[in-house]
Amino acid sequence: MDVSQYLEMFIDESKEHIQTLSDQLMILEKEHDNVDTINEIFRAAHSLKGMAGTMGYKRMQRLTHDMENVFQEIRSDNMKVEPELVDVLFDGLDAISSYLDNIIESADEGTEDNEDIINALNSIVEKATGKGSQEDENKTDSDSSSNVSESSESVVSESENNSKVEDKAPEDGENFRKIKLSDFEKKSFREVLLEEDGSILLGITVFLSESCILKSARSFLVFKVLEEHGEVLKSSPSVQDIEDEKFDLDFSVLYLSNLPAEDIKAAIANVSEVEKVYVSVCDDMIDNFDPNDTNKPSDKETPDIDKKEESNETSDKGSDSDDNVDKKGENTENKSVGGAAAAVKVQEKSKSKSSKPNIGRTVRVDIEKLDDLMNLVSELIIAKNGLVSISAEKLSGDPNNNAINEQIEYLESVTTNLHESVMKVRMVPIETIFSRFPRMVRDLSKKLNKKIEFHVSGGETELDRTVIDEIGDPLQHLLRNAADHGLEDEETRKAAGKDETGNIYLNAYQVGNNIVIEVKDDGAGMDIEKIKRKGIEKGIITQEMADMMPDDEAIDLLFRPSFSTSEEITDISGRGVGLDVVKTKIEELGGSIECRSELNEGSTFIIKLPLTLAIIQTLMVQLGNEKYAIPLGNIQTIEDIPLDSIRHVQGKEVINLRGRVIPLLRLDSLLDVPDVGYIPESLMVVIVEKGDKVAGLVVDNLIGQQESVIKPIGDYINASRSIGGATILGNGEIALILEVNALF
Amino acid sequence: MEKITVSDLQNLQSDSNVIQYVMISAGDEYFGIDIKYIDNIVRYQHVTRIPKAQKYFKGVINLRGEIISVMNLRSKLGIPEIDITKNTRIIILKPEEDTSVGIIVDEIKEVINLHEGDIEKSNTSDNGEIKGSYLDGIGKYDNMLISLLNIQNLIIEKDVMN
Repeated sequence: MDVSQYLEMFIDESKEHIQTLSDQLMILEKEHDNVDTINEIFRAAHSLKGMAGTMGYKRMQRLTHDMENVFQEIRSDNMKVEPELVDVLFDGLDAISSYLDNIIESADEGTEDNEDIINALNSIVEKATGKGSQEDENKTDSDSSSNVSESSESVVSESENNSKVEDKAPEDGENFRKIKLSDFEKKSFREVLLEEDGSILLGITVFLSESCILKSARSFLVFKVLEEHGEVLKSSPSVQDIEDEKFDLDFSVLYLSNLPAEDIKAAIANVSEVEKVYVSVCDDMIDNFDPNDTNKPSDKETPDIDKKEESNETSDKGSDSDDNVDKKGENTENKSVGGAAAAVKVQEKSKSKSSKPNIGRTVRVDIEKLDDLMNLVSELIIAKNGLVSISAEKLSGDPNNNAINEQIEYLESVTTNLHESVMKVRMVPIETIFSRFPRMVRDLSKKLNKKIEFHVSGGETELDRTVIDEIGDPLQHLLRNAADHGLEDEETRKAAGKDETGNIYLNAYQVGNNIVIEVKDDGAGMDIEKIKRKGIEKGIITQEMADMMPDDEAIDLLFRPSFSTSEEITDISGRGVGLDVVKTKIEELGGSIECRSELNEGSTFIIKLPLTLAIIQTLMVQLGNEKYAIPLGNIQTIEDIPLDSIRHVQGKEVINLRGRVIPLLRLDSLLDVPDVGYIPESLMVVIVEKGDKVAGLVVDNLIGQQESVIKPIGDYINASRSIGGATILGNGEIALILEVNALF
Repeated sequence: MEKITVSDLQNLQSDSNVIQYVMISAGDEYFGIDIKYIDNIVRYQHVTRIPKAQKYFKGVINLRGEIISVMNLRSKLGIPEIDITKNTRIIILKPEEDTSVGIIVDEIKEVINLHEGDIEKSNTSDNGEIKGSYLDGIGKYDNMLISLLNIQNLIIEKDVMN
């Protein structure tokens, strides 16, 4: 069978399971006896194993199988969780991740057997339970058949538990009994049954788990299993409807096989995300073949509908009637399924309190499609801007102008809403990258031999997908710094009167149109004098500058290229790539970073990122004959400053604005704008901010506010760092967008 | 309107030993650009200056919603610049996949077919010297000598200086 079409699904789901394993192992490390966690890990390992097996990834299957084994033993109280076991499990998890990485790259799992991890796992099990040897035999010839039989054993034991529950209420799940059979079908099924010696007619109803996303694919796998061992005679809903996902959570088939019901049941239960399987012999369904009998014992529940169907059939005759039957069958089934599903839910709740994630109605979409959509929205906004400028320029005297303006305003509100909606679709909770850090901090803590408590909050904060993809590395860098340089070792902490366990906080929240991410530690904080000394050593500042330099400016030195305060280079951080790389990356994303630090209290890095990337609100300004756009997010106020209120401090122009001294930046000379001989009476100053800092940008004229679509500046051309991109104006002209953060 | 479109160029016959070049003039010299790099040829339009860009980059233009950087062939080749005339054209090149750049040329003459025999390759044996050169070789056509531009070297230059 060709499984390649399921590769993407496999990869997605494996990632989820691996993340679950990672999260739960972190919990397990702290709470060795957490039953929910152990169950959760077992489930994830079990699903991974099943999926890897289906896809033919034998090595991955084998490793997950052994991990699952360990938890089987823990679950059945044959052994306890030890710290060394958790370490091995983490190694195993890393190995599974690398299998998956290989699969993502080449659709092949690679050739690493990870024998040492498997041996370590087995020896732990052996030591704890003293019965590993016989299992080992099974494992050493790890061809698929032995694995399958082994795993089916464990499933059987599970399903035995299930069947006890079933026995109490057999009617609940056996929806296959509601499959309507025409007399013709009964007759032909019976003939087949007689022809095939030793085979039995089985009724099967499969319930998929509620969290199942690709129901049709799962049912496909079930059908695949079934076709290996026998023949599917009839299904409800029809195979076509199942392929189109036109069913709720369950589907039923009548099935011909010469294997016992239990074996079939186990094989189906082995398909992941199958919640429950009901299998039983149902020869009786075709036994009561009597063309005139409308009262079939097996269909007692819905005799009325049966009668109608019978009449339908007789009038329709032929194969067309099958469809009718199917539809009706489905209808009646759906009603009863509601009840059955409810019953299943209750059972689940009583089984474990751990709430399953509430899966909403979602669709997975390729990010490229969203990018295309976003581009189209951008074009639409440009076209709308074009209309706005035409109506303003050409139609100002036109009596029809009001009507046109109204329509343009309407168009404007629609495009703005459309833009917002598309933006929202592209938003991803920052959780997706935060989730990899607890594990990283744990490993750092072991490596550095420091006790670290890691606190994460605000994972639900949403950011644009493109930002999410890029922000991981800078955050990782900052967290490593915090663990390595920020936090002191235990003795130093004790000596300073602190708790010996250091704390690192990762926090995200939204402020207006920005997302703020804080990386905070309660370590030693920055030694300002040390930074200054280093700055002098590196020739970045002079002694005089150092003496006059305020603390916050000294801390900013950290972000200069090739500035590292750590005396010795360690394995973890300080490879010469420093905070300047972090800063560059964040500024590329249109954000800013600053650092606050108290000696002995700790340091906080504050990253500010814009919510959206592609389209921003800007203020259009004029410099000479050129137009520039300043992002509104950076603008504090706009001031009209008389020429005589400009002061000079250290050769730089400043203004005193309501008691605050603000440096002035002459944009025209910064950007080499050709002089047009414009001499103003007073200065138009746009006050912009970056973190705590403010500056005044001198412009010639204000044009107005505009929604700007940010476009890249073109290939091969080197633009000044203070240009963040370009945008197309309503009249087709190009205006450059100022990168305010780079001006400071 | 003597406008040469891409489809015109592609309709011209080509056999394996013939390379087609668009012949342009800058100053007294003729230059040839291999048509496989040419995406489009447009009339001169307003170019928006980009601060602190390389000297020979005049800025960017808006080509149907896409922003494309534009360099002046004269200043790239060290020939004194002249004013824009009605013959000035911008040739949009695709030097690499997914990138485009415009070059401003004085005038487009015609599309010519050059046989391999008519092309005198630059001295490739002496590659140390030729590396980084803007010329692929010299083509002979109708008693004229045409400098064949090496687009890769001309455009994709790791130019750190502003």
